[in-house]
Amino acid sequence: MAGITFREAARKKMLWTALLAGAGFLALFAIGLHFQIADFSRTTPAFVRYQILSGMLMIGLYTVDLLAVVMTILTSVDTIAGEITSGTIHAIATKPMPRWQILLGKWMGFAGMLAVYIAIMFGGTIAIVYEIAGLAPQHPISGALLVYWECLIALSITFLFGTWFSTLTNGVIVLGLQGLAFMGGWLEQMSGFAEGSRLAMVGIVASILMPTEAVWRRAAFDMESPLAGSLPQFAIFSDVSIPSPAMIAYASVYLLVVLAVALYLFGQRDL
Amino acid sequence: MLLGLARPTSGEAMVLGHPCGDVATRRRIGFLPEDFRFYEWLTASELLRLHGRLCGVSPEELRKRVPELIDLVGVTVHQDKQLENFSKGMLQRIGLAQALIHQPELIFLDEPTSGLDPMGRRLVRDIIRSQRERGATVFLNSHLLSEIEITCDQVVFIREGEVVTSRDLRTVTEEEVRVAVRARNLPDQVVERLAPWATSPVVDEERLTFTARSQESLPEILRCLVASGAEIYEFTPRRMSLEELFVSIMGRDGGM
Repeated sequence: MAGITFREAARKKMLWTALLAGAGFLALFAIGLHFQIADFSRTTPAFVRYQILSGMLMIGLYTVDLLAVVMTILTSVDTIAGEITSGTIHAIATKPMPRWQILLGKWMGFAGMLAVYIAIMFGGTIAIVYEIAGLAPQHPISGALLVYWECLIALSITFLFGTWFSTLTNGVIVLGLQGLAFMGGWLEQMSGFAEGSRLAMVGIVASILMPTEAVWRRAAFDMESPLAGSLPQFAIFSDVSIPSPAMIAYASVYLLVVLAVALYLFGQRDL
Repeated sequence: MLLGLARPTSGEAMVLGHPCGDVATRRRIGFLPEDFRFYEWLTASELLRLHGRLCGVSPEELRKRVPELIDLVGVTVHQDKQLENFSKGMLQRIGLAQALIHQPELIFLDEPTSGLDPMGRRLVRDIIRSQRERGATVFLNSHLLSEIEITCDQVVFIREGEVVTSRDLRTVTEEEVRVAVRARNLPDQVVERLAPWATSPVVDEERLTFTARSQESLPEILRCLVASGAEIYEFTPRRMSLEELFVSIMGRDGGM
């Protein structure tokens, strides 16, 4: 089923369209970075240059992160829900294999494609910055793996709701949850500046409901150099409120539980 | 439910000696759904290979079976086209092929001829007969009673989810006979008099029609009518079509 999911993405031109859009993003990012360096005046201090370029690297990686999560949701939202609605699942689910294998196979197919996508986009962004500006993030592998983990959480949530709701409803729920995580993450980040515990609590609750954004903020912390985060303009990525290892552990348990519940529910429901 | 798509709320059912929905047993079952929808981005031969692999058929065996089945259902010239370019009838043909790819012992075909032209229907009938000769049991679920009449050995009538009755179509003509009578001086109590042997009597002036419960009862019925004073001009027993049988068993609402 994993292979067939991969082939479906290729045949439906999803894979190529995503890669083409990614290539467009990388090209735009490279041009922007090139002009940024060209615009530096001779008097721009090296320290400020470093902070600006580090900030641009983080903005690029954050865009890749957002793009990857949205791609995850959009490409997988119809997979289970659509096949149940159209009846395509009938000829597959009556074959001699447990239903959980069908779902897990499709999940693995998407997981494989996401790994390729994130490797290309993350690797591309880092390579562009290194080539043009001679700068590299700290712990890029750890950062990329956390972003991949974040996408797997989004994928599992999309599969979970896809086992019970129509494509449209599934999309509304998952994008709504992602919006909640996004807002929660920023509220928690803002609480670091304002030192407001109630604001932080709202952000933490949102991260518990949907921990994707918290995983990104941990990835950002791992990748950004401490010096770069000290410039006020790029302090949005600074380490004012860092998700703890406990939050990352929670996100991992969250992923496994969501996937297990999706597998269970898909096995139980009438098709 | 027999294929595991729905779960029983109570009770149990056995298929091929195992509880319904049993995963290993499904290897011995073929299924063509009524709403036959497949991955339309696959070609016909890719679809058969996929379903064959899911049924555990070896790649060597599939290399032989896929072209055979594509030829059998008559889509050889279209085998490398994606299914999104297939008509409903062609999809139904390839759907039938996927149900047979693993040479199942038990085959469920849900309305297998609904999208087919007369040639396609004849093809499906021939395939069902060949599967029967191979030793497979074919369940044909259809509202096209003429198809069932020429294809099936046994028919089961289901109303509101419950089996109302079943008939062996190889012997049904000997069991029930529709009789048309033209006679004068039919007695007023003719319906009551025929009750021991006949059902569904309809009297319209000189015409009387009824269903005799068995062919053996016809001489008795004729003697009864003559003895009651009726002058018989015509007494015509004729085979009861499955449609008439359906109406007589299920009522005019057809079990809707």
